Amino acid sequence: MSARTSWIPYALIAPSVVFLGALFIVPLVQTIWLSFSAGEGPSLDNYQRMASDLNFTLAVKNTFLLTLVVVPLQVVLALGMATMVTKLGKGRDLVLWVLTIPLGISDLAAGLAWLALLQNTGYLNSALYALGLIQGPTGWLSQETPVALFFAVVLAELWRATAIVLVILIAGLQLIPKEFAEAAEIFGAKPWTRFTRITLPLLKPSLQSALILRTVLAFEVFAVVYALGGRNFPVLAGEAYVWQNDNQNYGVAASYAVLIMAISLAATSIYLRVLRTSPEQLP
Amino acid sequence: MTRPVSLRAIAVAAALFGGLSAAQAQETIFYSTQLRPIEEATKVREVLLKGIPGKVTYVVDEPPAFAVRMKAETQAGKRTASVVGALHGELQPHVPDDLQPIDDVAAKLTDRGIPASLMDLGKLGTSQQQYIPWMQATYIMVANKEALQYLPQGADVNSLTYEQLQQWGKNIVDKTGQRRLGLPAGPTGLLPRFFQGYFYPSFTGGVVTTFKSADAEAGWNALKELWAVTNPNSTNYNFMQEPLLAGEVWIAWDHIARVKEALALQPDQFVAFPAPAGPKGRGYMPVIAGLAIPKDAPNRAGAVAVIEHLTKPETQLATAAEVGFFPVVKAELPPDLAPGIKALAGAVDATQNAKDALVSLLPVGLGAKGGEFNKVYMDTFQRIVLRNEPVKDVLEAQAKVLDALMKETDAPCWAPDKPSQGACPVQ
Repeated sequence: MSARTSWIPYALIAPSVVFLGALFIVPLVQTIWLSFSAGEGPSLDNYQRMASDLNFTLAVKNTFLLTLVVVPLQVVLALGMATMVTKLGKGRDLVLWVLTIPLGISDLAAGLAWLALLQNTGYLNSALYALGLIQGPTGWLSQETPVALFFAVVLAELWRATAIVLVILIAGLQLIPKEFAEAAEIFGAKPWTRFTRITLPLLKPSLQSALILRTVLAFEVFAVVYALGGRNFPVLAGEAYVWQNDNQNYGVAASYAVLIMAISLAATSIYLRVLRTSPEQLP
Repeated sequence: MTRPVSLRAIAVAAALFGGLSAAQAQETIFYSTQLRPIEEATKVREVLLKGIPGKVTYVVDEPPAFAVRMKAETQAGKRTASVVGALHGELQPHVPDDLQPIDDVAAKLTDRGIPASLMDLGKLGTSQQQYIPWMQATYIMVANKEALQYLPQGADVNSLTYEQLQQWGKNIVDKTGQRRLGLPAGPTGLLPRFFQGYFYPSFTGGVVTTFKSADAEAGWNALKELWAVTNPNSTNYNFMQEPLLAGEVWIAWDHIARVKEALALQPDQFVAFPAPAGPKGRGYMPVIAGLAIPKDAPNRAGAVAVIEHLTKPETQLATAAEVGFFPVVKAELPPDLAPGIKALAGAVDATQNAKDALVSLLPVGLGAKGGEFNKVYMDTFQRIVLRNEPVKDVLEAQAKVLDALMKETDAPCWAPDKPSQGACPVQ
C-alpha cells in the first residue's frame, strides 16, 4: 500500500512537469538567452536598443497607465457584481452565465467587436449621427485622439476581462460561512460594516489570486489594443510583436518579452507580500 | 549568431503536425506567400496550375511564417517544398542558406522574353540566378469618382503632382469638412514602400544617399501639409480597399493587390491612376514576385516544370486575368479583361510609360535587416509628421541609424541612388 502511494503522486504530476518543462521552461531559457545575445557573446545591446527606441517610453507608460486604471476598476466592478449575484435567488445561474459570456470570446474578437462599435463607420457613430449629436463620422481611435483611444481600450478591457475576476470572487464568496454575517447582523452591524469587516478580509485569498491573474494579463495586453488602435497606442507586448514580426529582430523582441516577465514577476511578488493571509485568518 | 534554436523545434513540430509531411515522390509542393486569399489560391489550384504533369500541391503561408519555415527546414535537414513563390524582398534573406542557384532553369527560359533587368533582380545581388521572375505589380492611386469634382483647376489625374494632390485633398476638406485622402500607415500597411519607392525618389531623386538632403527636408515639409488633409485614421489602415469601399476615404495610394477589391466590386465608382510626381520625377516601385527552388528540394524536376509552366505567356495572361498580377514576360493583355482589372492595368501602364517616370528598385542586399530598414522611414515619419518634431534634427538622427544599418549589411546603392563602391553612403 505505502509502496504504491509513494510513486503515484509523482506519476500523476509527471505529465504536467514534462509539459511545462518542454513547452515553458525551455523556451523561457531560450528567450532569456536570445535577449542577451547580440553579435559575439552575451551583451546588453538588445536592451539598449529596446530602451532607446522611439516607442519604448510611451509603451511603458501606456502599459502601466492601462493596468493602473483597468485592474482596480475591474476589481471594484467584480466585487459589486459578485455580491449581487450571491444575493440572487431565482435566475442566479442565468445572470452569472450572461455576465461571463465575454470570457468565452477571444480577446482579438472582443477587440474587433469594439472596433465595429467605435470606428468612424461604427454603430456608435451611426447612433449619435441619427440622434443629431454629431455632424458626421467622428474618429475616436486615431493617434490624434489619444484620450478617446485610451478610454476605448479601457472600456473594451473592462467588458472583456472583468468576468474572470468575477468568477474567482464568486467562488471566494461561497467559501465564507454564512454564520459570520448572521452573527454580525444579530449584533447590529450594518450591511456596509459587514462587507468591510467580514466579507472583504475573508475574501483576501481570492482577491489575491484575482489581482495576480488580472495584473499579469494586463501587462501582457495586446490583441484588444491592436484591434482598436493598431500602433496608435503602443504597449509592451505590441512592441515585442512589432520587433519580432515587422522588424525581424528577434533579440530586441526577446528583450521586451523578458521585460514584461520581470514586471509581471515583480507585481506578483508584491501582491503575495501585501495580501498575505495567515492560515488562522482563513474562513 | 542570433538564430533562435527553437526553429529546430518548430521544424520537428511542423513535420509531425503539418499537412506537408506526406510528401510523396511524385508530388510537387509549391509553397507561396503570394495569392493567399482563398479565392486566389483556388484560382491557382484550379486554373493556373492546370496542365502540369504530375501532382502539384499549392500551399500558402504568411510571410513571417514562410521565413521561419524555410530556415527551420534547412536546420532540420528535411525539406518539404520543392518550389517556393514569394516577393523579391521575402526571398532575399534566404540566400545562400535556403535556396539553390537555378542558372540551368534560367537558361531554359531564355525564349520567354523576361527583360534582362528583371532577370538580374532574380540574382539577388549574387552572381547566380536565385529566382525566376513570376509576376509583377506596383502601387497606384485610386479615387472615388465623387472626388473628381474637387480636382484643382488644370490638374489631370494621370499626371498629378504632389502639390496638386495636396490641393485636391484641401479642396475636399474645405467643401465637405472631411479629410478624405488615405494612406496605408497601419501596422501591416505598406507605407514604408511609399517612402522608399515614391516619396523619396520623387522629392530627392534618391532613397538612401539623399536621406537628409535639403530636398528631403523640403519633401518632409510638403508631406506634413499633405498629412493635414489626410484622414487621421490612416494609421489604422492596412488595405486601402476597405476605407475606399466604406466611403471613408476618397483618394488612396496602395499596392494594386490591396485596392483591387474596390475596383473589382465597384468598377463604376472608382478610377485608378499613377502616383503623383515630385520635383525630381514620378517615383514608382515595381514589385516582383519570384519562383525559387529551395536547397534539397525533394522533387526538383517537378519544381522546374512548375516554373516553366507559370512563365509561359498564356499562363502569365491567365494570371493577370484571374488574380490581377501582371506578366513579367512580353504578352499583350487581352481586351476582354474584367473592368476592374482593366482599370488597374491602365494605371500600371500609365505609371510605367509616364514621361517623368523614375524607377525605384526594391532594396537589395539588406538581408534580414529589411524590416529595420523600413523602420528607419516609419520612425522618421512618426517623429516628423505625427509628433511634429523638427525636421532637420530628426533627419540628422535617423540618418545615423540608416548609415549604421547600411554599413552593417554592406548593401551597395540601388536605383535611383547612383551605384556605390561598398555600402551605400548617407550623404
